Amino acid sequence: MNASDQKRLLREMIFYRRFEERSFEAYMERKIGGFLHLYSGQEAVATGVLEMARCGHDYVITGYRDHIHAIKAGAPPREVMAELYGKETGSSRGRGGSMHIFDPTVNFMGGYALVGQPFPLAAGLALACKHKGTDQIAICFLGDGANNQGTFHETMNMASVWKLPVLFVCENNLYAIGTRIDRSTAVTDQYKRVAAYDIPSSQHDGQDIDVVMAAATNAIAHVRGGKGPYFIEFMTYRQRGHSMSDSNAYRSKEEERLWLERDPLKIYGERLKKAKILTDKDIAAMEKSVLEEIENDIIRFAEESPEPRVEDLNKYCLDDKPDPRWIGPLTQGEQHG
Amino acid sequence: MAEIAYWEAIRRAHDEELAHDHMVIAMGEDIGVAGGTYKATSGLYQKYGAARIIDTPISENSYTGIGIGASMAGVRPIIEIMSINFALLALDTLINAAAKIRYMSGGRASCPIVMRTPGGTAHQLAAQHSARLARMFMSTPGLRVVTPRGPLDAYGMLKSAVRCNDPVIIIEHESMYNMRGEVPDEETFRPLEGAEVVRGGTDITLIGYNYSVHLCLAAADKLAAMGVSAEVLDLRALRPIDRDSIRRSVEKTHKVVIAEEDEATVGVGSEIISVIIEECFFALDAQPVRVHAADVPVPYNRQMEKAAIPNADDVLAAALKVLGRV
Repeated sequence: MNASDQKRLLREMIFYRRFEERSFEAYMERKIGGFLHLYSGQEAVATGVLEMARCGHDYVITGYRDHIHAIKAGAPPREVMAELYGKETGSSRGRGGSMHIFDPTVNFMGGYALVGQPFPLAAGLALACKHKGTDQIAICFLGDGANNQGTFHETMNMASVWKLPVLFVCENNLYAIGTRIDRSTAVTDQYKRVAAYDIPSSQHDGQDIDVVMAAATNAIAHVRGGKGPYFIEFMTYRQRGHSMSDSNAYRSKEEERLWLERDPLKIYGERLKKAKILTDKDIAAMEKSVLEEIENDIIRFAEESPEPRVEDLNKYCLDDKPDPRWIGPLTQGEQHG
Repeated sequence: MAEIAYWEAIRRAHDEELAHDHMVIAMGEDIGVAGGTYKATSGLYQKYGAARIIDTPISENSYTGIGIGASMAGVRPIIEIMSINFALLALDTLINAAAKIRYMSGGRASCPIVMRTPGGTAHQLAAQHSARLARMFMSTPGLRVVTPRGPLDAYGMLKSAVRCNDPVIIIEHESMYNMRGEVPDEETFRPLEGAEVVRGGTDITLIGYNYSVHLCLAAADKLAAMGVSAEVLDLRALRPIDRDSIRRSVEKTHKVVIAEEDEATVGVGSEIISVIIEECFFALDAQPVRVHAADVPVPYNRQMEKAAIPNADDVLAAALKVLGRV
């Protein structure tokens, strides 16, 4: 990876952090409603894995902490922010909100609020890739908490039996909402759990993007090479609560402090400085340009975009232009009476 | 025009749609090598191979979810769930995912799946194999729900469901798979919307869907012998409901019986009576009557099972009550 790519990656991660923190502010101003789950602290995982994937070609799917996965997959950040604002220009036309970002134009197939539901959907996307005979793969990002759903076990089994081209990325941030992993899960090393399904797996540091990229490269090569699914676990930590309504009373200040020292932006920034690729001044300038972009372009777009029309309430429930050959109504000639 | 069995009609629809479009696949428990519990996919594994006729493990929620995920990427899966009772395990992927993905993506993604499943009582299958549950699916926005009463609709509605871009739930019936009926030799599509007047009449309307249409037809024969002209309306689709056809029939006969094999509470009959009240309350000459199952889990004992489930005589008795003949 050359220096310009390294600089771009650091800027991307800074951008993702600022995007999330700015949406926190908009939430406090009540411009964003509902539930808001922020990705701050886990940026190296989605950024590193998707850097090694073929975004726009491969399918990407995740849970409700989905803004950054969508953006790195190729969804325009303006549209993601407009979705948080519930606007017609949003990724999901204001109908989905924070937890349901979709952009099928880049094969980002959604954020889902049901924990563990994306497992089978991801395997289905992979089944479609295999059926069409393309070299696409499906990448499913979920947290450690999702692995206690039945869908985890059912899907791992089928993905393995059918050798589906799907990469399961487990972002182990140690907490299932507010319950620490060792209090809810018999086997805390998540990568060990898929051994029961004969799926190769590995565990890595999720805070160091270089480690993430190296691990993802191998995992993606395995899956794209037709060898079936792979399960990759990254140890990470969310810096904010599960959602905005989180008391955060279940974690110790000491634990939070230790993980803040392992902030992925800090780790990568220090490395680039040490390698003389960037100076403190360069990083400060990067921060400034990110803040300006978010304020002047992204927030402005979201603020100025129109609301969906209430008259369109029933739109998108079913296919709005159905073919009468399949739908009907039944003609007189088709009636028996 | 040949007379074929209900299961043969479903098998023919599968075969034609699999031949028509490589993107069509079928998946479910025992549908491939074993040929399907009700033979609805027999021989297709040999013809189309393991990649398109997929035998799944007993994991209803996730194999349904896999079908849904595949449909988002252009595949057209026909998903069989062996019994509607087992579909309860797949409600997360069916109702939380398939029914909502188009809407919550602002129309940018869609899930053109077909889920076929038999719902209904057969012969002493007891509580966990006798649920009907149509009422649960018909209350879910984002789904289409159809209930073919015979081979023609079983064939033609499945073909339409495969082509349609919405998730379609097809509710079959364990007691109908061997029922025979005429199906045209040439390819035919039957629409997924619209009730059908199966038998014209002027004195009373008997409304049914799925198996209960046959109870209505049998009751109509007995009524005819008594000099009463009963109209039988097959709803065909429970979602969306064809409100116009219900209104037209009630405006003609002014009297209604609704026959459902399911329990009555928050059910098909309650919905139809609401439609009638909203559409044509003043056309009614008598209070509508529902014929329905007892409000209990279906018992195993033969006599008790019989007592729990409505039959043609129950429909007849309800009609006579509405007609003021009792």
